[in-house]
Amino acid sequence: MGRLDGLLNTSIGQKLALAASGVALIGFLLVHLLGNLTLFQGPEVMNAYAHWMQTHPLLWAGRVGLVTLFGLHTTLAIRLALENHRARPIRYAAGLRSQDSTFLSRYIVLTGLLVLAFLVYHLLHFTVGAVQPEHARLLDEQGRHDVYGMVVRSFGEPAVAISYLVAMTILGLHLFHGLRSLSQTFGVNHETYVGAIRWAAGGLALAIVVGNASIPLSVWLGWISL
Amino acid sequence: MNFTLVVWRQARAEETGRMVEYRVEDVSPDMSFLEMLDVLNEDLIVSGEEPVAFDHDCREGICGMCSLVIDGVPHGPERATTACQLHMRHFKDGATITIEPWRAKAFPVIRDLVVDRRALDRVVQAGGYVSINTGSAPDANSIPVAKHDADVAFQAAECIGCGACVAACPNASAMLFVAAKTQHFARLPQGQPERTRRTINLVEAMDREGFGACTNHYECAAACPKEIPVRFISDLNRDFIKAAAHHGRFGTLPPQGDLEE
Repeated sequence: MGRLDGLLNTSIGQKLALAASGVALIGFLLVHLLGNLTLFQGPEVMNAYAHWMQTHPLLWAGRVGLVTLFGLHTTLAIRLALENHRARPIRYAAGLRSQDSTFLSRYIVLTGLLVLAFLVYHLLHFTVGAVQPEHARLLDEQGRHDVYGMVVRSFGEPAVAISYLVAMTILGLHLFHGLRSLSQTFGVNHETYVGAIRWAAGGLALAIVVGNASIPLSVWLGWISL
Repeated sequence: MNFTLVVWRQARAEETGRMVEYRVEDVSPDMSFLEMLDVLNEDLIVSGEEPVAFDHDCREGICGMCSLVIDGVPHGPERATTACQLHMRHFKDGATITIEPWRAKAFPVIRDLVVDRRALDRVVQAGGYVSINTGSAPDANSIPVAKHDADVAFQAAECIGCGACVAACPNASAMLFVAAKTQHFARLPQGQPERTRRTINLVEAMDREGFGACTNHYECAAACPKEIPVRFISDLNRDFIKAAAHHGRFGTLPPQGDLEE
């Protein structure tokens, strides 16, 4: 048996693959966040950035890569969850009383599935343009896709803004457990620094959520307008 | 003190079990949980019923035989305490107490509250030892071990193999057990030559027994009567990555039957 085969056939190997795909997805989230934050630089910068990306020759390669990554992370997670469920065919009559586990660790699969549902909604909304088609096809003065106008008009509707804020909260709960588990899973463990590493991981999860949530909030509060 | 007990009764492995309610009266607050069960069993025997089967041996918290999930917590509500060292004064008079066996696919019920924990033995048989004959005790300090390493190795070696970590884990994972059994050698010079093989073999043996995987709930360490910390799981993960990255060989476990006694 090859080493990679052997590794991926073990429970730890599968968890490492799950964690590694999670790290790659967090990388994507950070790049996506930086792109989103161009909103604060005004319509010119954001639309130029969007135009550059939408006409990039590697756009579809990137999209296929991302779908593969999300698919891998989801498949591995569901497979792991099912195997873990099968490891206890008869449950406790009194239930297991939680001592040190958190809401976040126990509901990581649920928050993950909710994030996946949000992802579908988000793609239908801003990529396909099916949720609010009236905002999705606008062009700016230079004939480029008016992403700035689309985002600002969309989040001008409170229901849409609230749905994104709820989704970001759920994403935050998912990332918080995921990021704080990283050092444990990859065996980065030093008595002196492990606390600081876990704080930093929690901080990164919070930064991603706050950064993304700042966009609908700013539109809603009128800080950003057309 | 008087209690209402709701106890898992199952006559044989092949039969389905059910929860049965019993009253137990005139219990001294100084009795251990197992002594309280002894009182119940004496009552049952007198009234011509089958006593409740449960595992126990030393009754001083060091053998790892007692295995009761009490009100949803392995070994009961007191931290760092086995069920045999848990005293009835920690319960409210008149309380209803639920008692169940360890629940895991790898731990089939033999009878009532007794489960088959040989899965843990088979995991250790897959390499949780040092193969060379060490002879008699060596001269002190002939193999220097740093004080800190000796302390950490001893902390891992405190595992009594009771399986509470598996019982407490929402995934019925045995990672804390396997972590303890690998890490008490990983810190010592004698454990180094077989470290890679031990790490891979124990993890593969653990998977083969049908335990779940760790998803970092940390319920295991909370339930552990010896307070083995979850950092050993992280150390095991690191050893496993190293074993895979260097020269580790996977899939070399002998067939499961060969490991039986």
